[in-house]
Amino acid sequence: MSDVFGVISPGPLTTVQDAGRPAFQHMGVPVSGAVDRYALRVANWLVGNAGGCAVLEATLAGVRLEVLAEADIALTGAASALTVNGVRAPGWASVRVRPGDVVDAGVPEDGCRSYLAVAGGIDVPPVMGSRATYLGGRLGGFNGRALEAGDVLRRGPAKLLDRPRCLPWFPLYGSTVVLRAVPGPQDGYFRSALETFFDSVFTVSAQANRMGYRLEGPVLAREPDAPASIVSEPIVAGNVQVPADGQAIILLNEQTLGGYAKIATVITPDLFKVAQAKPGDTVRFLPVTVAEAGAVARQWAAFLSEVQALLAG
Amino acid sequence: MREAFYDRPRFRACGDRALLAEYGTGIDLAVNRKVHAVAAALRERSLAGIEAVIPAYRNLAVIYDPIVVSFENLTAALTALESDLETAEPAEPRTVDIPVCYGGRFGPDLAFVAEHNQLTVEEVVRIHSQALYPIYAVGFAPGFCYLGGLDPRLHTPRLPTPRTRVPAGSVGIAEAQTGVYPSDSPGGWRLVGRTPLRLFNPSRADPFLYQAGDQIRFVPVSEPDFHRLRAAEEP
Repeated sequence: MSDVFGVISPGPLTTVQDAGRPAFQHMGVPVSGAVDRYALRVANWLVGNAGGCAVLEATLAGVRLEVLAEADIALTGAASALTVNGVRAPGWASVRVRPGDVVDAGVPEDGCRSYLAVAGGIDVPPVMGSRATYLGGRLGGFNGRALEAGDVLRRGPAKLLDRPRCLPWFPLYGSTVVLRAVPGPQDGYFRSALETFFDSVFTVSAQANRMGYRLEGPVLAREPDAPASIVSEPIVAGNVQVPADGQAIILLNEQTLGGYAKIATVITPDLFKVAQAKPGDTVRFLPVTVAEAGAVARQWAAFLSEVQALLAG
Repeated sequence: MREAFYDRPRFRACGDRALLAEYGTGIDLAVNRKVHAVAAALRERSLAGIEAVIPAYRNLAVIYDPIVVSFENLTAALTALESDLETAEPAEPRTVDIPVCYGGRFGPDLAFVAEHNQLTVEEVVRIHSQALYPIYAVGFAPGFCYLGGLDPRLHTPRLPTPRTRVPAGSVGIAEAQTGVYPSDSPGGWRLVGRTPLRLFNPSRADPFLYQAGDQIRFVPVSEPDFHRLRAAEEP
């Protein structure tokens, strides 16, 4: 346990996140955690951590840190603008840094969120089984809040890697996102709007954050006999909620119950694309059945195992 | 069976990792008890592949790993549960006592609630603390209870302008609902009192004092008792 980073500048929003806090959803505690779970895992694997260790999640314009201890770090997600002491360094790869170095996630040309892992993991006290920051509840992470300039972060026990690690490929997010979604649970409220939903192009609005992504596009009208709201029911990440104004919102992992109807639900393996979409990007939805989604889940799990095996020491 | 119940549960997909099982229409105590009985049975059986069970008013979400268990397997398991639950004796809900110091600085709107309903302050306290309030669901914020059972004689409109900060433990009334704020938050409920208990304490071994399906009873306490109970709470 030692100091590893001093925060010079946190950018617009940098929080400590891990694989989340799923065990208390029935008590109103949302899952939270990294929005892009793929980038979370790969960042950790690159530095020899378990996939769910705590990392820093930075948004859009990066985070700048002073290194306080020799360490292996890795930046994934929106990782195209990483510099160490002003010199470009590779994303999706382990990078050895030394005390006094300045690490800057920069302003990425591609994607929205970057994930900075350090060997040993970011060490903040676990709260209810997780180090994830739940901003709405001022819970977990670094004192329940976003990082600020002057904060000092510690890491867990770690040793240096024997050799550098890198992934020979990385995702290009682009500005057009296709999300596979299972209709429902309230697709019956939107029988005639479903076609519009799956045929239209939506734009990510400026109201896009860790809570959810509000989209702009054609109005998704409810059937005349469908009520404006429903009896509050459980919410999962990927639910596409349609409030009275007919504009869709993709919900993420920051709430547990809600009273708006959901036209469709984005499948879990595609949620990283939402995490990396920026205001102004376009979104389309592709319908899949539960059985098809199950097949995708199996392929995705197999792919993750390959990546993990590739990066194993 | 009451009319509010469906003949058989309705199952709906909620993406690739969640199933919604729905047991009836609207907000109904018997339907809600069924939801919590199913949730308890699922937790007890700990079926492979189930990662979380989240009960609400009339349905529950089962979060599952589609690699381990399919949607069809789960609906079959939930259907099989039906006959087991039919023969089982319905469990009596647990009652959790929440001490409340009514009025004064802890309940600045108690007089308004009394006046609005043409009652005395004492009558409001008596009516409010005599009822058993079923916890239909917990959500919106950690430990926030959606309670049923508020006596119609106490129904009171919200504040025209919400307070920017309501202290944790405040007990309020809004329209046909009553409830307690588990954490400091903004809010527009009429505040009638405050509990000295910490309803949500993330550093306690069990962060919560109740769960959905339990019922709450508010027990009036004096201000000295409030301070004594408060002092006994873990920080």
